[in-house]
Amino acid sequence: MKTLEELMAIRNKMQGQVNLRAEDENAVRVVVGMATCGIAAGARPVLKAFSDAVQEKNLKNVMVVQSGCAGLCQYEPIVEINQPGKEKVTYVKMTAEKAAEVIELHLIGGEVVSKYTINSVMK
Amino acid sequence: MYRSQVLICGGTGCTSSGSMKIADKLEEEIAKNGLADEVKVVRTGCFGLCALGPIMIVYPEGTFYSTVNIDDIPEIVEEHLLKGRIVTRLVYDETVAQNEIKSLNETNFYKKQKRVALRNCGVINPENIEEYIGVDGYQALYKVLKEMTPDDVIKTILDSGLRGRGGGGFPTGKKWQLAKDLVKDADQKYVCCNADEGDPGAFMDRSILEGDPHALIEAMAIAGYAIGATQGYVYVRAEYPIAVNRLQIAINQAKEYGMLGDNIFDTDFSFNLEIRLGAGAFVCGEETALMTSIEGNRGEPRPRPPFPAESGLFRKPTVLNNVETYANIPQIILKGVEWFTSMGTERSKGTKVFALGGKINNTGLVEIPMGTTLREVVYEIGGGIPNGKKFKAAQTGGPSGGCIPTELIDVEIDYDNLIAIGSMMGSGGLIVMDEDNCMVDIAKFFLEFTVDESCGKCTPCRIGTKRLYEMLEKVTSGNATLEDIDKMEKLCYYIKNNSLCGLGQTAPNPVLSTLKYFKDEYLAHVVDKKCPAGVCQDLLTYKIVEDKCKGCTACARACPVGAISGTVKQPHVIDTSKCIKCGACMSKCKFAAIIKE
Repeated sequence: MKTLEELMAIRNKMQGQVNLRAEDENAVRVVVGMATCGIAAGARPVLKAFSDAVQEKNLKNVMVVQSGCAGLCQYEPIVEINQPGKEKVTYVKMTAEKAAEVIELHLIGGEVVSKYTINSVMK
Repeated sequence: MYRSQVLICGGTGCTSSGSMKIADKLEEEIAKNGLADEVKVVRTGCFGLCALGPIMIVYPEGTFYSTVNIDDIPEIVEEHLLKGRIVTRLVYDETVAQNEIKSLNETNFYKKQKRVALRNCGVINPENIEEYIGVDGYQALYKVLKEMTPDDVIKTILDSGLRGRGGGGFPTGKKWQLAKDLVKDADQKYVCCNADEGDPGAFMDRSILEGDPHALIEAMAIAGYAIGATQGYVYVRAEYPIAVNRLQIAINQAKEYGMLGDNIFDTDFSFNLEIRLGAGAFVCGEETALMTSIEGNRGEPRPRPPFPAESGLFRKPTVLNNVETYANIPQIILKGVEWFTSMGTERSKGTKVFALGGKINNTGLVEIPMGTTLREVVYEIGGGIPNGKKFKAAQTGGPSGGCIPTELIDVEIDYDNLIAIGSMMGSGGLIVMDEDNCMVDIAKFFLEFTVDESCGKCTPCRIGTKRLYEMLEKVTSGNATLEDIDKMEKLCYYIKNNSLCGLGQTAPNPVLSTLKYFKDEYLAHVVDKKCPAGVCQDLLTYKIVEDKCKGCTACARACPVGAISGTVKQPHVIDTSKCIKCGACMSKCKFAAIIKE
């Protein structure tokens, strides 16, 4: 390795990994329901889609965590997005494909994907 | 891509309580649950809270599990990693508050700490150079080689006010400047690292080597560039096998990635690094003895001047710094002088790592900004004294330092304040003593260490410390007179003033400082023939209080020499001529009927 470019290439490659270990109170928390009901309904690929995207797209400030059963088992897989200072958004019946949309539009674009939220489904 | 990472401490403390077996088990269980592509296990360096090892943290949540047992692993994997339910019973108590898990940084142990030298310990995998690069590693070396002249580097270190963390507190920049400028036409110069760490109780250097070895390599290369050296040696004790192993791995990786070797970053600068193992002699932590040892000779000090900056290793100009000092360098270069000088006191900048030990709840490694008070360290970070006992004193600087008594507990810890009260920073051992410790016995303990470790080259140290030790023995056995105390003090100053190296010059410090702050305890031993703390066995007698004794015979059965007699349900008696003062009876008595005085 002889140049700064090479050094920075390794640094950037590793950032996604080591950033995962920083704790940030202002982080956006993506909470995926991973109780038995969630897993049975297919929460695992959803979780994977979110956590991969965070590292691949190097989304700083986004933290993907798991939680237990929220009591709305028929709507699983459920994903909650908590942004400090904003109202919690709850997405239901998620899939990896829907997750990709949420990542692009909501996490990156800042716009709630209303068609997948619990409010639109329960109406 | 991993969605979760489990960091498990691979420092010496946690390894000895089985953390590496736990890591293997974790990987096994993770694979069994089909999570191998999602969850990664990272073996890191020391987190600092050694009292609660083995320690592991699960990210991104930052859940801190303490005293983890190998049998807990299937539960953690299945509950937490698979289903996302934190196993609350294994979480560090302090982070669990009313159904909510607090962040580790909010706990008392970490809240007041500022991790600079230990910044990557417990965060990165020390056996993977790319993780170090991922946290901005080797950028400082690039910056130095491409954008700074050696004089710029030295000026930056001078301006930062960084002082040697090994004990003496000599300004690091000044040391580098002398090594660069003192000898103009040197054909070879050397950069050395003192990783001998002989101070009993101190282990910050080991932890840095184990947790962040690349920081040392980067800093030594920077030092090499600054003074014009192409060769470096790390002198590390062979008793640190994990540290030696990780450092060797790191050196190999650094060579492979071109961070060591010829023409680093395509410049004219070349630098190589080698490890030299020490055999564990305390005196080899002294700079001239250390270099003598690297040269292949018996580790004995030599007179100074000439100082190493002029004539050091193989009689060439040499810079020798301690591990913790080096660990600060890359960050000073990257983050700048202003950042560094914003921490600490007027004349002591930055932070200092202390190894907390003795009578304290949170034994482990802590890094605090200079100027933090001893009270904060003991009661807030350290979590206070176990069993509700009272703080009596703290020993800093190990066998070369002195004690800080209760009345000085609010002293702000920095180099000059500690010297002013008769102690010293030392390499950072901080041993807390409570009311059950006898200060004369403590002084004797440290002196016994220096007697043992004196290399024998100069008379004041070789014979002086031995005679001083004998005088202390006279005190603790109740045979000393007041005249002996005066003689002792005189001998202390004689040894200090006439010894060849730092070992002898500082050896009497524990005696002098206990004499200064705890003279009454010495007098109690000499005049009243009593040990107030109940430690010195020759001055104790064990007695049974008649009223309290129920005659259960437990003590008589416990006594190894048959010194206790009496009939069942009648008060027993100890025959003091037979008693060997082992205390077995006292711990067996359920009625607190046995006392020592």
